[in-house]
Amino acid sequence: MDFLTQLFSDPATYRLLTIVILSVFLGIEVISRVPSVLHTPLMSGANAIHGVVIIGAIIVMGQAPSDDYVALTLGFLAVVLGTLNVVGGFVVTDRMLEMFDKKKKAKKA
Amino acid sequence: MTQIILPLSYLIGSVTFIIGLKMLSHPDSARRGNMVAAVGMTIAILATIFLYTDEDGNKLGNYGWIFGGLIIGSIVGTLAAKKVQMTAMPEMVSLFNGMGGACAMLISIIEFKHHTTGMTELYEEAGGSIFSTIPGTLFITIIVGMVIGSVSFAGSIIAWGKLNGKIKDFSFNGQHIVNLLLLGIITALTVYIIAARPDNTIMLFYTVLGMALLYGVMFVFPIGGADMPVVISLLNSFTGVAAAFGGFLYDNPVMLTGGILVGSAGTILTILMCKAMNRSLKNVLIGSFGGGNKAVGGGGSKEQGSYKEISLNDTATLMAYANKVLIVPGYGLAVAQAQHACHELEKLLEEKGVEVNYGIHPVAGRMPGHMNVLLAEADVPYDKLKEMEDANDQMSSTNVVLILGANDVVNPAAKDDPSSPIYGMPIIEVEKAEHVIVNKRSMKPGYAGIENELFFRPKTSMLFGDAKKVLQDLVAELKQM
Repeated sequence: MDFLTQLFSDPATYRLLTIVILSVFLGIEVISRVPSVLHTPLMSGANAIHGVVIIGAIIVMGQAPSDDYVALTLGFLAVVLGTLNVVGGFVVTDRMLEMFDKKKKAKKA
Repeated sequence: MTQIILPLSYLIGSVTFIIGLKMLSHPDSARRGNMVAAVGMTIAILATIFLYTDEDGNKLGNYGWIFGGLIIGSIVGTLAAKKVQMTAMPEMVSLFNGMGGACAMLISIIEFKHHTTGMTELYEEAGGSIFSTIPGTLFITIIVGMVIGSVSFAGSIIAWGKLNGKIKDFSFNGQHIVNLLLLGIITALTVYIIAARPDNTIMLFYTVLGMALLYGVMFVFPIGGADMPVVISLLNSFTGVAAAFGGFLYDNPVMLTGGILVGSAGTILTILMCKAMNRSLKNVLIGSFGGGNKAVGGGGSKEQGSYKEISLNDTATLMAYANKVLIVPGYGLAVAQAQHACHELEKLLEEKGVEVNYGIHPVAGRMPGHMNVLLAEADVPYDKLKEMEDANDQMSSTNVVLILGANDVVNPAAKDDPSSPIYGMPIIEVEKAEHVIVNKRSMKPGYAGIENELFFRPKTSMLFGDAKKVLQDLVAELKQM
């Protein structure tokens, strides 16, 4: 109960909660009609987007005390992994979708 | 002025994610959509590095570490993504997904350490429950984010290993019970830590971490290879949710919108994939086919009859004098890297006046849409790729069906045999055509581990060999004719 009170009485938390709920509906709405050809690229693209977690890694890294080597090492690892997720994700998706571009050009030619 | 730039960048980031996802769901705009999201991501990352300040107005430090990590990650990520074979894309996606999950897990661990360091000493001095000074929402965010991130990380790594064949299916009796139990204990412990804040909170936190990792492994282990795309998609949305918990942690709107968008879109996508295979999500998660269940061995007890082989020469002749040929590609074609040879065969046949089309099952290959990507790479014209329904409509007027390394997607058991694990999945009904030629490396069952009656039917002839080699030989034969 304590938690619930906190959730709804704290304006910042409440604001975040609103964003969450609206985003859920948005996510469903945006995806609902997609041809099966695009399932894999779309999953891959979404995979890159959740790489946004890298921002958390950057914050944690940037706030780590410079003598706390455990936090620095873990934070560094988090930044590397997060970057892999973002960069790798977008590049792989682009490679998959390159094929669709080629196809269009072939059609026009 | 600078105070507006950071939130503005985050707003731009969120908007590009939404627009990017929207554009990604249409073939014409998909590639630009990916770019749009990538640009938004870059803006949000750069703004965070240079403009983020904590409540006291302190900027971030450790720039050397941050940029070092970003540079290493970018180089390795780009190289890995550029060098990976088209056939290995699904496992690459799974691996990157695991990295994101691990990232979320590490953030939670560091934050937990940060908020609990020195607590035990303080506790002993004060003699009261010091852990209770950590705000409830913060604590929940850290622990739940850690659990979801760990499950996603461990699960994705197993999925990656299974897809590239490094990890074999593994299951034992009652595994689902054990898994459920494990999940129950994780939930109970999490609730206990948050609600009671016991003295050994730190120890319990790491216990939950270990159990979450174990759960991720156990959760994916028994799931059969054919269902792996669905699992990856599900884990993808898990990581999204874990990222969103990070957004809660730092009161960061772009992490929140990005994470939740992927979480909900990923869930819908998972359900769509299940629908394409005509299986329910529950079935996928509990059914664990290919995992040594009774149905798998079913072929052994049945009368198998005999199959007949066909020579290359006969195949070439049959195809050259056909009016209409349908090629049904499967993962075997992808593994053999035979898409270019396949395109060559198609061109040669077209020159001889044969109409050639491709029948693409929605889940052919390892992931929905996998075949389309592969064939597009070999410059096969888009309008030759027929979706399953179209292919089935044209089947009765088709003379020859050439099945290249596909198995489960043409298995008649999906229509006739209620005891088959794939019963109910829509298939390409190749038997309505005049002749069926199946190219396979051997008589081994397909990826889902199910025997295929089709190979023993009277209309069917088997053409054994590696898909690429067989196609090249066919091309050579046709050229001589």
